Amino acid sequence: MTKFVAVCLQTLTLGSLYALIALGYTLVYGVLRFINFAHSDVVTIGAWLAFVFAGALGWAGTDSPFFAMPVILMLTMAACATIGFTIQRLAYRPLRHAPRLNVLITAIGVSLLLQNLGQLPWVFGTQPQSMPKLLSERALFYVADVKVPMVDLVVVGLAVVLLVALEVLVFHSKMGKAMRAVSYDERTAALMGINVDRVISMTFMIGSGLAAAGGMIYGLKYNQLSQTADALWVLLGLKAFVAAVVGGIGNVRGAVAGAFLIAFIEMFGAAYRSPQMRDVYVFAILIIVLLFKPGGLLGKAAVEKV
Amino acid sequence: MKSLAERAAAHRPPLAKAVVWSAWPIVAALGIAYLIQIALAPALSDFHGKLLVDIGIAIILGVSLNFVNGYAGQFSLGHAGFMAIGGYTAAALVFYGGLKLFGVPEEGGISGLHGGFLGPGELLLLAGCLVGGLVAALAGWVVGLPSLRLRGDYLAIVTLGFGEIVRVLLQQTDDVVTDPAKIEAAGPLELADHLGGGFGFSFTPDYVDPKNPFWVWLFVVVVLLAAYRLKMSSKGRALLAVRENEIAAEAMGIPTTRVKVNAFVVSAFFAGIGGALYAHELGNSLRPADLGFQKSIDLVIIVVLGGMGSISGVVVAAAGLTILPELFREFAEYRMIVYALALILMMILRPNGLFGIREIWELDVWKRLFHRRAR
Amino acid sequence: MSVAAAPAATAAVPALAAEGLSIAFGGLKAVTDLTLIVPPRGLHGLIGPNGAGKTTAFNLLTGVYRADHGTIRLAGERIDGRRPNQIARAGLARTFQNIRLFGELTVLDNVRVAGGVRARSGFARTFLRTPLYLAEEAAIAERSLELLDVLGIGHRAGEQAKSLPYGDQRRLEIARALATEPKVLLLDEPVAGMNTHEKHAMRALIQSLRERFGVAILLIEHDMGLVMDICEHITVLDHGCTIARGKPAEVQQDPAVIEAYLGAPESDDLDAGAGGAAGEGT
Repeated sequence: MTKFVAVCLQTLTLGSLYALIALGYTLVYGVLRFINFAHSDVVTIGAWLAFVFAGALGWAGTDSPFFAMPVILMLTMAACATIGFTIQRLAYRPLRHAPRLNVLITAIGVSLLLQNLGQLPWVFGTQPQSMPKLLSERALFYVADVKVPMVDLVVVGLAVVLLVALEVLVFHSKMGKAMRAVSYDERTAALMGINVDRVISMTFMIGSGLAAAGGMIYGLKYNQLSQTADALWVLLGLKAFVAAVVGGIGNVRGAVAGAFLIAFIEMFGAAYRSPQMRDVYVFAILIIVLLFKPGGLLGKAAVEKV
Repeated sequence: MKSLAERAAAHRPPLAKAVVWSAWPIVAALGIAYLIQIALAPALSDFHGKLLVDIGIAIILGVSLNFVNGYAGQFSLGHAGFMAIGGYTAAALVFYGGLKLFGVPEEGGISGLHGGFLGPGELLLLAGCLVGGLVAALAGWVVGLPSLRLRGDYLAIVTLGFGEIVRVLLQQTDDVVTDPAKIEAAGPLELADHLGGGFGFSFTPDYVDPKNPFWVWLFVVVVLLAAYRLKMSSKGRALLAVRENEIAAEAMGIPTTRVKVNAFVVSAFFAGIGGALYAHELGNSLRPADLGFQKSIDLVIIVVLGGMGSISGVVVAAAGLTILPELFREFAEYRMIVYALALILMMILRPNGLFGIREIWELDVWKRLFHRRAR
Repeated sequence: MSVAAAPAATAAVPALAAEGLSIAFGGLKAVTDLTLIVPPRGLHGLIGPNGAGKTTAFNLLTGVYRADHGTIRLAGERIDGRRPNQIARAGLARTFQNIRLFGELTVLDNVRVAGGVRARSGFARTFLRTPLYLAEEAAIAERSLELLDVLGIGHRAGEQAKSLPYGDQRRLEIARALATEPKVLLLDEPVAGMNTHEKHAMRALIQSLRERFGVAILLIEHDMGLVMDICEHITVLDHGCTIARGKPAEVQQDPAVIEAYLGAPESDDLDAGAGGAAGEGT
C-alpha cells in the first residue's frame, strides 16, 4: 500500500512536470503546425537560469526568504519567454511559408545551438551542478506512511496554478480566442483583423514561460543539473513531447491528459515491472497511439485539401 | 499510341550485353577497392589512413540515409538505431562466431584477427556485414510499415523514439563473454544477450584499420552504385515524385506508402552495413551511448548540407564533415555550434542544400561554362 | 438511379459509370446523388458555379475521398473504395485544378514517373539492370518523349518543371496523366488562366485526345464557350446537386442553370456560347 501511494505521488509530480512542458509543444503546434524541437532546450535553459539566478541573488538554501522561489520563477519565466520570442523571430518566422521539412530541420538546428551554447565555459559550462534547495525536503505530512515533502506540494501546486491560468487564457480570454482562431485557419484569422504575428509571438512566449517553470521544477525536485547537451534533457523533452502527441497534439487539454497518462505508465512500469525499461514503456505507448489513433486520444487528424 | 509493353519488347537488349552492362561496375568496385588497399593505403600515414576509412563509413551512412531523407523526402531521426543493429549483429557474429568456428587466434588473444587479407576472419566480417544489414533491414520494415503512413513530423518522432529504444535495450544486455570455453559451450541465442550493456561491445576484432580499408571502400562503391542506379530508374523517380508532391504521385498510380517503406528498408540495410564496418574499425568502440540521438543528428546534418537527393552532394558533405572536425580540433566545443548555425542558415538561405536534388555534374555552372544546351 | 436520363446506356460498357454518389463533410452536403455516365471515347463536361462540388466529385472518382453512398465503375469494374493509386492503375487519370507537378524534376521525368507505373521491374531488377529493366526504361523514355511532342512541349524535355510557363505546365499535367495509359481522363479546369489563343489550341488538343489515345474524357471547366463547343454531354451541379444534364443546347436553355449561374434570366456569356454552339450544332 505504501509503495502504491508513493508511486501515485511520484506520478502526480512527474505528470505535472510533463504537463507544463507538453503544453509548450502543443501550443506551438496548434498555431504553427510544426514540432518545435528546440522546446526541450528551453526547459534545460530554464533550469540552469534558475540555478544562476538563485546563486546571483544569494538565495541558495532553505534559509532563503519565502519569496525566493516565486521571484526566481518569475525571472526565469521572463528570461525564457524572451528567448522563445527571439528564436521565433529569427529562425522560424523567415520560414513561415516554407515546406514543413525545412522548418523541422531549422528547429533541430536551434535545438543543437541552444544545447551547445549552454555548454560553453562562459555560459553554463559542462560541470553538473545541483540546484539549491529552495524548498525543504522535510516531510510536511504523511499519507499512508509516505512522506509528502514541501517540494512535491509546491511542484504540483505550481503546475495546477499555471495550468488553470492557461485554461483561462486559452478558453476565456480574447487573446486565447485569437490563438484558437489562428490554429484553425491562419489566413482567415488574419482577414478577420487578428495580428497573426503577435499571436504567434505570444504563443511562443507563453510556451517558453511554461517550459521555464518546468525546468525550474525539475531542478527543485530532482536537484541534479547535468550539462545542457546531456541526453537526459533530450529524453525529458522527448517524453513530454510524447505526452503531447498521445493526448492529441494541438489540443491543450489533451496535453495535460497525455502528460499524466505518460507519467502514470512510466512510474508504475518502473515500480512494478522494470525500472530500466521506463523509457521503452513511454515510447511503446507513443507507437501504439500513433498506429491506432494518430490524432491522439483527444485530437483529430487534419485533412489536406486536394 | 503504342503501349509500354509493346515498346519494351522492341527495346530488349541481348542478354550478354545486359550482363556486361550490369556487372562491370561491380568488377570495377572490386578493382578500385583492391587498388586502394594495395596502392593507396600503405602510402598514407596512420592518421590519414584512419581518415580515409572514416570518410568511407561516413559516405555509406550518409548515402544510406539519403534514400529516406533525400529521395523520399521523409524525415528519419533514428538512423543511428539501424547502424547500431547492424553493428551489434555483426560484432556478435564475428566475435562469437569467429571464436566458435576457428578457436582463439595465434596473436591478439580473443580479439585477434583470424587470418590476413581475405582470410577466414575477413570472410566472416563480410558475412557479418551482410547479416547485419539484413537484420537492420528487417527492423526498418517493422518500424517503417506502420509509421510511414503518418505525416512527416510524426515519422521524425517515431524514428527518434525507435533510436532511443534500441539504445536502451542494448544498454540492458549482459557483459560480453570472454572465456573461450564458455563461448564454445553456449548457444547462439544465449550469446545474443551478451552484448556488453552500457560498456559496449569492447572485444570486436579490428578487421578494418588504416592499412586495410578494402571492405569499407568495396561497400562504398556498392552503396554509391545502388544509389545511382535507383535514382536514375523509374523506382527512383517514383520516390522523388512522392517527395515532390505525394498527392499527385498517388494520383499517378504510385503506391506511396509502399514506396516509402521500400526506401526505408533499403536505407536501413546499408546503415546496418555501415554500422558493421564501424564496429570493427580500429580505434572505435561500439557503445550504445555513441549510437543514439546525437549520431542520428550527425547523419541528418550530412544529408541536409549535402543536398537531400544528391548523391555527390552527400559524398562531399560526408567527406567534409569527417575532415573538418579533425582540422579544427582545438575548436571542438564550437563544432556543434557551427553545424547548428549552418543548418539554420542553410534552411533560410539555401534550403536545398549544397546541390539540391541534382548531382554535381548536373549543375548550371557547368552549362554556363561550356555553353551546353540543357539535356 | 436515373440511368435512363444518361446517353449511350445501350451501347458498349460505359468507360465511367458513377451512380448515386454522395458525400457530406460534417453538416455540409458536398455532393448529393451524383450520376455520371461517360461512354468510351466520350467527352463529357461537368460545370457549375464555384463551390458546386465539381472538384469534390473528381476527388470521389479518383479515390481521394470515400463516398458515403454510391458506386463507381470503370469499364464495368467496381473501383469505389480503392486507394487512389489503385484507381489510377485501373485506368483513371486526372489533372489538378491547382497544378501539382513534380517541380524539381525535369519535364521528361514528370512524364516518365507516370509512365513507370506500367513497368514490371522491381527493386532487384533495377539494381541488377536486367534486360527487362533496360527494355522498359528505354520504352518509357521513348513513349514519354512522344507524349511530350504530341502535347507540344517536347522541346522543353530537359527543363525543370517548375520553370515552365503556365500554359505549358497545364500541358505537362495532361501528358503526365496520359502516360499512365488511362481509359478515362479527368481534366480539372484545363484552360483556366489561359488567353484566347492558348484556349483555342487546347480545344483542338482535347478533342484529338480521344481518337489518339482511345480515352474518354470528363472535363470540369468554367469557360462556357469551350464546354458548349466540345462536350457531347453536360452535367450541371449546384450546391452538390445535379440541376440539369443533357446535350449542351438543352442545358444552355435550362432556366435552372441560368439562374444558378446568374440569378437572372439574361446573360451575355451564355448567349454567346449558345449562339456559337447552336451554329455548329454539337
